[in-house]
Amino acid sequence: MDMSQYQDLFFEESEEHLQILNQNLLALEINPERLELLDSIFRAAHTLKGMSATMGFDSIAKLTHEMENLLDQLRERKLALSEGIINSLFKAADLLENMLESLRAGETIEIDLVKLAAEVFNSNNENLQVDGDEVRKSNNSSKKKVDASNFDNGNEFNEYERHLLTEAFKKGLNVWKITIQIEETCVMKGVRAFMVFRNLEAIGDVIKSTPPVQDIEDEKFENEFMVYLVSDKMENEVKNELISISEIIMMEIKMIILGQENSKEKENIEVKKEHPDEADSFISTQQEKKQKVHQTVRVDITRLDKLMSLVGELVINKTRLEQINTDCQIVSLNDTVEQINRITADLQTVVQNVRMVAIEQVFNRFPRMVRDLAKELGKEVNLILEGKETELDRTVIDEISDPLVHLIRNSLDHGLESPEERIAIKKNPEGQLKLQAKQEGNQVIIIVEDDGKGIDVETIKRKAIENNLIAQTQVDTLEEQSIINLIFEPGFSTANKVTDLSGRGVGLDVVRSKINSLSGQVYVETKNGKGTRFVIKLPLTLAIIQALMVRVQEELFAIPLANIDETTSLEMSQIKDVQGQQVVVLRGKVLPLFFLRDILSVPGEEKEESMYVVVVRKGEQQIGIVVDELVGQQETVINTLGKVLSGMTGIAGATILGDGSVSLIIDIGTLF
Amino acid sequence: MGEEKQFVAFMLGNEEYAVEILAVQEIIRWSKITRVPKAPNYVKGVINLRGTVIPVIDSHIRFNLLEQVVTDTTRVIVFKNEDTVIGLTVDLVTEVLSLNLDNIENPQTTRGVENQFINGIGKVNERLLIILDLTKVLQIGNSILGK
Repeated sequence: MDMSQYQDLFFEESEEHLQILNQNLLALEINPERLELLDSIFRAAHTLKGMSATMGFDSIAKLTHEMENLLDQLRERKLALSEGIINSLFKAADLLENMLESLRAGETIEIDLVKLAAEVFNSNNENLQVDGDEVRKSNNSSKKKVDASNFDNGNEFNEYERHLLTEAFKKGLNVWKITIQIEETCVMKGVRAFMVFRNLEAIGDVIKSTPPVQDIEDEKFENEFMVYLVSDKMENEVKNELISISEIIMMEIKMIILGQENSKEKENIEVKKEHPDEADSFISTQQEKKQKVHQTVRVDITRLDKLMSLVGELVINKTRLEQINTDCQIVSLNDTVEQINRITADLQTVVQNVRMVAIEQVFNRFPRMVRDLAKELGKEVNLILEGKETELDRTVIDEISDPLVHLIRNSLDHGLESPEERIAIKKNPEGQLKLQAKQEGNQVIIIVEDDGKGIDVETIKRKAIENNLIAQTQVDTLEEQSIINLIFEPGFSTANKVTDLSGRGVGLDVVRSKINSLSGQVYVETKNGKGTRFVIKLPLTLAIIQALMVRVQEELFAIPLANIDETTSLEMSQIKDVQGQQVVVLRGKVLPLFFLRDILSVPGEEKEESMYVVVVRKGEQQIGIVVDELVGQQETVINTLGKVLSGMTGIAGATILGDGSVSLIIDIGTLF
Repeated sequence: MGEEKQFVAFMLGNEEYAVEILAVQEIIRWSKITRVPKAPNYVKGVINLRGTVIPVIDSHIRFNLLEQVVTDTTRVIVFKNEDTVIGLTVDLVTEVLSLNLDNIENPQTTRGVENQFINGIGKVNERLLIILDLTKVLQIGNSILGK
């Protein structure tokens, strides 16, 4: 069968499972006693194994199989959880990620990758051996006790199942081991097996099956399987339940007897008391999962893009209709246009919401990353994530990850001090890194904040001069904030030594340009010795924005409303010259002015006596943009200028107006 | 006889040019063009092609010809290659014709249009057609980025 059509689905789902794997491993590292986490990890690894085997990615199946083996031993407490093992599991997860990535890129997995997998697990096995010995030594008595239990094939049961068995015996129930063989010619083995389960569950509880239930349902078994049934029924009754199912050629029913109940076994049960609940919750989460599958549909992002562009076209045509309506003044048309207006607005909101993804997707990567980085740098970090549920447009989500990674690395590397330094200055040795997302109106704000040493203005000054960003003479005239903002300039890096993490000269300027390209803004606040806070502001969606249309001579431009603080009218006489810079005094504050006509070299000479100023915000700074006329507020659908004209400064894109003509959207971030 | 291909023939100034028809998406009338500030001078601007914004190149400036005068016959030829769509202004579209590849000669010297865009000179009866290199024409756009 051609599997290629399932590949995308496979990769997406495996990413999710990998995420679960990483999350639970992290949680387990913090709380090693929460053994139920092992189950989730196991399940994730198991699902990955099944999926990759189906897709024919044997190397992944092999690796996950090894992981399963290890996890199984942990679950059955044959092996104690140690840091070494957790690290191996982390390594395995990384390896899986690499493998998936290269498979996604269409590469076949190279041999050394597979070899690497073997290495991870060899070291694991060593750990396993050592740890296993330790367990044996320390838990010698309990080990013996387990061996002493008289279950039929006692080793086949894990502790939980053993617990269920003992409970059953206590209540005087029978335990049957039933081996079923299905005709070789049977076409739907899974269905027959399912009927066996259904019939048996009507008279008792199936506590275990070999192979596991999931595999049996997926027909992943030869012609034979085995189930353990706890029931108050006798052999005949059990047989009667099964005999009605066709295509079963043989069954063997054996009773399992519990031997001497020994006191140590009881101890064991007490230790594991919480397990039955856990079993319940396991079942319920599985059911929840199944329900959720029915409630959501996976849609290719390109289809959503298409939908969005269709809505975009609808909005354009709606604007055109409105235009016609104001020109014609027909009452009945007016009503219809208003209706269409409402519907389009609703449709737009719905489509926009469909494209929204919780930022959780991005945030979830960070605990793992911070853990690794902190270990590498020998720092102690408490990562706090807030507002994971905040939603952003899918395109923004895809792009925002890199800048955030950059900022977090920066905080860890340059911001937070080492535990020793922190103790010396009476700070909590554990540094705090807070990542916060929230929605404010039409914007999403992401804050990366640390309580480290902050940014040293003097160092910045020195570096900026060294790197020729500013002249010595300029330094004293600049305000502190302007100096700090120099860290966003290209070619600026304060790291004294080049580490793996940062200090390679590609720094915050990349972050800023990326965020600007998303029509967002980034700024920094810092207090020496107290910490640093980066604030990122992003528009909720990139596809359709509110914009103010302005006219300069004969040309129309759109300025995104998100950038605008206010607008005001202006007389030529109010403009003053300060050191060659034109300014206007607005409510006591000096506002630098820029004529859009000059910046965009709009043809036509005559200057009008009265004009308008659009006050925009660029980072911390307010700037006045002088235009001839304010035309009005409008919903604008952002079109790119295409590959050919991409990278133009000052222009964020183009939009199509009601009359079908094209107008350019101003990008405040790069206009000056 | 060699292979025959179809070409779109058009006028730029006093010379007749042709491009292979496969790269041409459509030919549209002159419409209002929005100037793009800070773009290279040969980028005439952008237009709205049924909801998509596409750049239009002024062929007169690009090919170092005399300045273009917009008339009734001025058209924009829209080229498409994978995901790049680009318009090129021409003075007059003459016809679509079949040309035997044997009748195309390598260019020796040509006036006007820079040599780099030329694939050869086609002969149809008494007419001489300057055959533009498709890939080069489409790369006009890319060269903007390159600068």
